Amino acid sequence: MTHTTHNFSPQYMESVKGDLVNEEEFVDILEERRNSSDLGHAFRTFSPHPYKGAPSCSTADLNKAVLESQYLRYMAKEIATEMGSSVEEVREEATGILEEMSQNLQLGFIRLMGYTVSKMSKRLFSSINVNMEGLNRLQQAIQEHPVILMPNHRSYADFLVISYILFTYDIPVPVIAAGSPLAGMKMVGEILRRSGAFFIRRAIGSDKLYWAVLSEYVKTIVRTGFAPVEFYVEGLRSRTLKSLTPKLGMMHMVLEPYFKGEVFDVTLVPISISYDRVLEESLLAHELLGVPKPKESTTGLLKATKVLQEDYGSMHVNFGRPLSVRHLCQGKINRCQYNLIPRDLPQKPTAEAQACVSWLAHLVVRIQEEGSLISPWSLMACLFLQAPTTVLTEEGLLWQQLTEKTLWLRKLALDFGARLNWPEKIPDLDVMASSVALHRSIVQRKAGRVYLVREEEPAGKRPISAEEGAFRTAAAVLMMASYRNQCLHLFVRPAMVATAIHIAKTTQRDKIFPFFFFLQDLFANEFIFIPGKSSQDFEEACFFLKKCAAIDVSQQEVTVSDAGQEVLSFLRALLKPFIDTYQVVFRYLCEDGVHSFSEKQSLPAVRNLATKLILSGELYTYEALSSDTQKNVLSALRRLEIVTKSRVSEQNEFRVNKDAVRRIGDMLSGKIPPQPLHGPPGTRL
Amino acid sequence: MASNSSGSSSDRQRIAQQRLRIIAGHLQRPEDGDSAVLSAECKGQVSKTDEEKTVPKRRQEIMKWNGWGYSDTKFLFNKKGQAEFTGKRYRLSGMIIPGLKDWMEGTFGANLQHKSPATPVLTSSAVQPPTINEAFVEEVKSTGIPFSHDAEDRVFRAHGHCLHEVFALREGKIGRVPDMVIWPNCHNDVVKIVELACKHNVCLMPFGGGTSVSSALECPPEETRSIVSLDTSQMNRILWIDEKNLTAHVEAGIVGQDLERLLNESGYCTGHEPDSMEFSSLGGWVATRASGMKKNIYGNIEDLVIHIKMVTPQGVIEKSCQGPRMSTGPDIHHFILGSEGTLGVVTEVTMKIRPMPEYQKYGSVVFPNFEQGVACLREVAKQRCAPASIRLMDNEQFKFGHALKPQVSSIFTSFLDGLKKLYITKFKGFDQDRLCVATLLFEGNREKVLQHEKQVYDIAAKFGGLAAGEDNGQRGYMLTFVIAYLRDLGMDYYVIGESFETSVPWDRVLDICRNVKARITRECKDRGVQFPPLSTCRVTQTYDAGACVYFYFAFNYRGLSEPVHVYEQVEHAAREEILANGGSLSHHHGVGKLRKEWMRDTVSSVGMGMLKSVKDYVDPQNIFGNRNLL
Repeated sequence: MTHTTHNFSPQYMESVKGDLVNEEEFVDILEERRNSSDLGHAFRTFSPHPYKGAPSCSTADLNKAVLESQYLRYMAKEIATEMGSSVEEVREEATGILEEMSQNLQLGFIRLMGYTVSKMSKRLFSSINVNMEGLNRLQQAIQEHPVILMPNHRSYADFLVISYILFTYDIPVPVIAAGSPLAGMKMVGEILRRSGAFFIRRAIGSDKLYWAVLSEYVKTIVRTGFAPVEFYVEGLRSRTLKSLTPKLGMMHMVLEPYFKGEVFDVTLVPISISYDRVLEESLLAHELLGVPKPKESTTGLLKATKVLQEDYGSMHVNFGRPLSVRHLCQGKINRCQYNLIPRDLPQKPTAEAQACVSWLAHLVVRIQEEGSLISPWSLMACLFLQAPTTVLTEEGLLWQQLTEKTLWLRKLALDFGARLNWPEKIPDLDVMASSVALHRSIVQRKAGRVYLVREEEPAGKRPISAEEGAFRTAAAVLMMASYRNQCLHLFVRPAMVATAIHIAKTTQRDKIFPFFFFLQDLFANEFIFIPGKSSQDFEEACFFLKKCAAIDVSQQEVTVSDAGQEVLSFLRALLKPFIDTYQVVFRYLCEDGVHSFSEKQSLPAVRNLATKLILSGELYTYEALSSDTQKNVLSALRRLEIVTKSRVSEQNEFRVNKDAVRRIGDMLSGKIPPQPLHGPPGTRL
Repeated sequence: MASNSSGSSSDRQRIAQQRLRIIAGHLQRPEDGDSAVLSAECKGQVSKTDEEKTVPKRRQEIMKWNGWGYSDTKFLFNKKGQAEFTGKRYRLSGMIIPGLKDWMEGTFGANLQHKSPATPVLTSSAVQPPTINEAFVEEVKSTGIPFSHDAEDRVFRAHGHCLHEVFALREGKIGRVPDMVIWPNCHNDVVKIVELACKHNVCLMPFGGGTSVSSALECPPEETRSIVSLDTSQMNRILWIDEKNLTAHVEAGIVGQDLERLLNESGYCTGHEPDSMEFSSLGGWVATRASGMKKNIYGNIEDLVIHIKMVTPQGVIEKSCQGPRMSTGPDIHHFILGSEGTLGVVTEVTMKIRPMPEYQKYGSVVFPNFEQGVACLREVAKQRCAPASIRLMDNEQFKFGHALKPQVSSIFTSFLDGLKKLYITKFKGFDQDRLCVATLLFEGNREKVLQHEKQVYDIAAKFGGLAAGEDNGQRGYMLTFVIAYLRDLGMDYYVIGESFETSVPWDRVLDICRNVKARITRECKDRGVQFPPLSTCRVTQTYDAGACVYFYFAFNYRGLSEPVHVYEQVEHAAREEILANGGSLSHHHGVGKLRKEWMRDTVSSVGMGMLKSVKDYVDPQNIFGNRNLL
């Protein structure tokens, strides 16, 4: 199967410009698997063109180089002095850490992995679509410089799919940074290890030795070009299917060899993986509501076989244009800063280096967003969630109304430059009907109406309480919201302009922009904004709104056209659940009883407050129950230094500046004009 | 240079000759003479050694006006299309170099059909008429010091050997040139000239050998005063030799080859042999902080000088004694060393001399790759057993060296070559496209040389190095002096290039080599250079804490409308890359005007302030107005 996507080149991303203008062709790699032997595929001749810069080395050589590095020697000595132990002991511990961590990439296991993935994928997915042009570019790039593969992370299914594709197309398979819980799974851990996974502990905290071993390990892989490195810059699997604020630790490790001149360049390849339907949809929604995530275990995996019997539609893997770090960092980092201290000694990154790493990480996530394919279902989810929840659960939404509005939204999305995954050869109504059918776990179509499906009531139990009812509705809403989130990046900037126009109640450009800026700053932990790009983001958003004839823009004024009301109110409604949730958390923080709190205490408390407000009819959005959004509010307030750490212990305690919280709440509701909260958004990440 | 032009005598003969010379030198020495006074008075009379001197006042009599070196010496493609090196001065002179054509075509995509010839003669009309300061000229006349307003004389002193300078000359484009050339004959002449220059506010630009590669000799276009080029070439005598302390007092205009030849006649040498030593002068070395090939034994120029006399607008600066080391505040020599003609004219220098080495031996080692080669050099430096010279060429230079092999008549030699190649590539498994070669030069008494040689070869073996014979080593050093002529040949066929250097800590050597070479290649590509450039390097000096690295870069500029501009952009980018990789702004070429923009970052603002305040005190009128360095 091949189909094309509609693309648009965002004005601000010069690095990817040109690429997106071309229509790219996706090829279903499962098609061949359905027609020929999986064993034959697994035992195919694998002879990729490796990196030309350095001779290849074995896993054992790699580990030896890490342990014998000057950096680890130095750190071992330093740690031994601090701990009062002997250098030998520390070095032995380092050896242990490395053993626990290191991958053991073996071709035999890649073949086994290939076979397994073939079998599983065919069962789960109707197609896995890959852009061949992207693969060709990657193949070229891998020979020239060390390559970092940077996929987004939406499902465990992501984990080996890149390796699988690269194996299929004769490209060197990567070593993959994985969370260490995976290593603990019987057999599976070892199989993953031999398929190239290396394992990183979740909470490294201040374990100096662990950091040292990890960073030297990663840097050595980059320096030697041992294999492409694959890691999730978002750090975690996104529970909301929305991009996460990038984590900078690994990013710094893969970039440092370039900063320090140990390699000529490093190539970053953003990869966007998009799903029609995510395997973990229900699990994720429950996690967001505070039901703990089941521990990764092999038996758990086997139990999940029920999950494996359903249809998950298609998967798209879009390999982005390789980005030259050297090119991107021009003028952003002065590499002379590494001249005066031996490069293999620990050195705290300068503010300049940190800003540069953060900027690059954000850029990559933005490109991942731009590269993802938006499904018809995601557009439908946007509209679905804008109806009152009672309509969704009780009366049902008129199918005709939903489909008409969806087609309207499709046009808007295309105006905004979306990459849509909307099959062209199938009648539009059939496309939407099959989307709904695919998602029967969330929605049900009955007699010309569509309903939100709530979890079945456990048979024979007592009647459920109001709280439990809210919880069940919330689970369904959050599942739906995660699909809406798949396309949120497309609308968020125009939505902020729409909100700014509405709340600031003015047409003056120089009053609207500060509000837009304020929203970006406040929501910098919620959505991905590239640090320092606010003005361009604003311009771009206005450009799109103007393009769809929603507003008219002059030097001084931004005026809403009559036709624009529909667009703007849709966009405002898109942002509203977030604004409401933030207000709920603000309200909690300003309560009299709250002085000093830990995250563990605050989340259930906020959830209780939100439930109460929902049940009393004061709050409309069930999304306020999402623990991710609640955590994001706290992170934002911490970034703005409104919430501060009061005690450092096992459980960090926080103190809150209530006046400041009230002020932000008032700004957000338009009671007082926005003032700069801090520096420009993102610069302090 | 003597050893180059001595023909193809075998080693044994050469050594024997050297020994004879040393003995003769000893015999000629006066019985109880502590110092041999060769020349003392300065009255502008023709001294008897004059005809032996290399550099006449009218340089155009023996040197090219728009290229490197002697007029009689050049590379060309003869009627058969074979490369040939003309003249009689060098060992390669008169020889056919069969591999050069293929190498040039293969490396640059150059084509013998596509010539880019130079303007044949300098037309005086292209030269701006001089701005004459009449009063100054009148007073100079009265001193009897020779001077000239001749266009050729002035053009010869308006440039060094940067690519853009030579390229402009070849195109017949002449920019601002000095308005007058003056030839002082001794220290006192210089004192008079500087006094007059101050009196009449004339801009003075000292000129030594004219081998600058830093735009140091370019006349500042904004200079409105009359510019006088002060040519020191006639101040070229060894004034005395002190055999008890092993020093020689020498006029600063002497060029390297004359200094060595004259000292050799007395059985001595300085051992200072920069690649430019045929033409560069003692004063120039001091003014740029020069470095010589054999610095491992003899030291760099700052280690060699005992006493310096410099004439400044404030008067003469010098130390009062010849103590070998002093603790008397900051060493005033270090205000002079590297001052690049901005503070005054170096007129006389006392430098260390050594008895000529009794035995010299070349050598070479082949390494499987550049990484191993660098590791070996690092180990040699660590053990402080570096030979007089040790240089490591990368793979491209190794191939280039091969392309420069002259035609040999002896079947035996080529048979041996074939065997060696077979041994290295087939038997030892070296990859022809990765291997690299180090050339070595040992000096001293025979026994110690042999011992030393063994030590170095043993270290090399630990890094996979195989001894590759004396011939390969010797040829490498011989090519040093010949290579400079090659650029002119390239320029005849649309190929332009240049070399530049840096110094860098050991742990960064490999990284800087790789990154700078890659940067050059990428920059060329980005700027529309059609054919991949030659981008290659060598490690030419070792120190305790680092090494000196040379980069060579050349490309075919067909299809480019502004080749020199492209070239300059690429060189600029390469220098940025060097600095970003922890390399220095310069190891020995100096800053001049070409690298000025990076000076503040290099020495800090306070450092700049210190240098400026010295300039302001010594030369408040900016008489020495070449505007180098600061």
